[in-house]
Amino acid sequence: MSVLSKVTPVRGAPPGRSTTRQSRRPSRLNRRRDAVTGYLFVAPQVLGILTFVIVPLSLVFYYSFNEWNVLAGTFKFVGAANYRQLVSDPQFGEVILATVIFSVGLVAINIPLALLLAVMLNRQGRGIAVFRTLFFSPVVVSLVAWTLVWGFLLQDNGGINGILHAVGIQGPNWLQSGPTAMAAVIVVQIFKNVGLNMVLFLSALQGVPTELYEAARVDGATSRTVFRRITLPLISPTLLLTIIITIVGSLQVFAQIAVLTQGGPGLSTTVLVYYLFQQAFDFHHFGYGSTLAIVLFLVVLALTVLQWQMRKRWVFHEN
Amino acid sequence: MRTSELTGPSIGTGLRFGKRWTRAALYLLLAVMAVPFVFPTWWMITSSFKSINEILAFPPTPLPVEPSLRGYLQAFTFQPFARQYFNSLYIAAVVTVLTMLVSSMAGYAFARIRFRGQNILFLLVLAGLLVPSEVTIVPLFQMFNAAGLVNTHWPLILVTSFGAPSVLATFIMRQFFIALPTELEEAARLDGLGRPGIWWRIAMPLARPALAAVAIFTFLNVWNLYLEPTVYLSSPDLFTLPQALTRFTDAYSGPMWNVQLAAASMTAVPVLIVFVIAQRQFVEGLAQSGLKG
Repeated sequence: MSVLSKVTPVRGAPPGRSTTRQSRRPSRLNRRRDAVTGYLFVAPQVLGILTFVIVPLSLVFYYSFNEWNVLAGTFKFVGAANYRQLVSDPQFGEVILATVIFSVGLVAINIPLALLLAVMLNRQGRGIAVFRTLFFSPVVVSLVAWTLVWGFLLQDNGGINGILHAVGIQGPNWLQSGPTAMAAVIVVQIFKNVGLNMVLFLSALQGVPTELYEAARVDGATSRTVFRRITLPLISPTLLLTIIITIVGSLQVFAQIAVLTQGGPGLSTTVLVYYLFQQAFDFHHFGYGSTLAIVLFLVVLALTVLQWQMRKRWVFHEN
Repeated sequence: MRTSELTGPSIGTGLRFGKRWTRAALYLLLAVMAVPFVFPTWWMITSSFKSINEILAFPPTPLPVEPSLRGYLQAFTFQPFARQYFNSLYIAAVVTVLTMLVSSMAGYAFARIRFRGQNILFLLVLAGLLVPSEVTIVPLFQMFNAAGLVNTHWPLILVTSFGAPSVLATFIMRQFFIALPTELEEAARLDGLGRPGIWWRIAMPLARPALAAVAIFTFLNVWNLYLEPTVYLSSPDLFTLPQALTRFTDAYSGPMWNVQLAAASMTAVPVLIVFVIAQRQFVEGLAQSGLKG
């Protein structure tokens, strides 16, 4: 399932005895014609990746060494100045802090909640199927629509405070103070997407052999022990993979911030991607914006490599 | 089967009675937990039929007291909403079809055909998975600006169909074709069918489940794009739905809630309906994109 672990064993030909025999049989002309078809078939994708990934990635690297203000029309090579600016930019520190709080907060709630839902819903029954649908449904609701509705509910006189008022609590103005705004953005994002992780955990749970449960039951193990000693170790590959996917996803959060808080109040919810967007497209600092993009790229790269390393360690486990 | 695994075998009535209570408690807990997942959507749809005063009324009304279509009608007068709806729909449709073609061709070739440089090309394509679209947005904007294509739909269509977002689809298609038995294709080949014919007439019909997964996550991805349209598009006539939704504001840039909620409902409800009908395909498709991304 992992991307890289599948790359190595391919070696040009797909596995399977019949294919190898097949490709040896046709005439030389046929084989050449086949290869031409191969190139034509991969051409749209390969050219697309070259044009829309490799070229811009090289450019963003190059831009990051230039002072480039689109509005003023200035473009000059400044070496590592943009990277030094990262260190001296007091805002960048706040942005990194906001990014870390958002990602850590999101993962710390999302993963346990998804696992809890999956365990609760890992049984049969008509009602259970309905609940699975309900918990999954926000995943397919338009992201901006979902966020707008929550924005309304989180207003000072919105639905959340209405409910709190009904039970005698004076709710804060959620989006107007740093900590509650951050909490709000995290929670809105969790309800939107936790269903996806729930489904991943559900399929992992269903992959646990039933004999193991039966054996544990015969040995008199409690449900808690069964979960800790059998379920959790067996689904750990999915668990780790899901954690990393969720972190990488959390680093790309943009629409939610743009719609709910515009990065505010202050810089409290200005995460890296939002700051990148502001620097490049609001303040026209394409050079510095590109430097921020490189930071984002390196973080995602590091996480992906980490994921591959983990997958490799667990390959044995998976098969 | 699964129930008995988790709650233990039911022997005797006493245990069964306890089991029923456990089950009731579970359902109750699930119902409470489901509230924040369901309430916003339900509130969005019901409130879209309310007047702005009723939306702001406190305590909120569970159902519209005087249901009206005002918000829906106004959505089409405050912005070229029909146009924007069409934009979203046709861009999503074009990108979905193109992605299915691009990814099934590339996936098939990488899985089945032998040609020199195959591995290197495949690694190059996979590099697309390493680069989030936010990283390349500045140079891409610059490139499309130089080509005179900013404030057109071309950047959205081209980048999503051929660039990084389509790589996952290619990967899924390749995995599918690798696992597909080759016998049928060999028979077709002996019957004189060429490679393109084998791909289109034999492999593609068999690949329907994988293509469905690709179609679903591609469509949803494009339908929800927000950063890219915000960067590339500036004329309201060209906006896509997510962008348009945030622009229903009054003269003081306060949101016009009834209009906004009507527009949001029109954006979300059709997809929800398709989801309820084709639930299994949706969940499988999105889970695949989640796992392999």
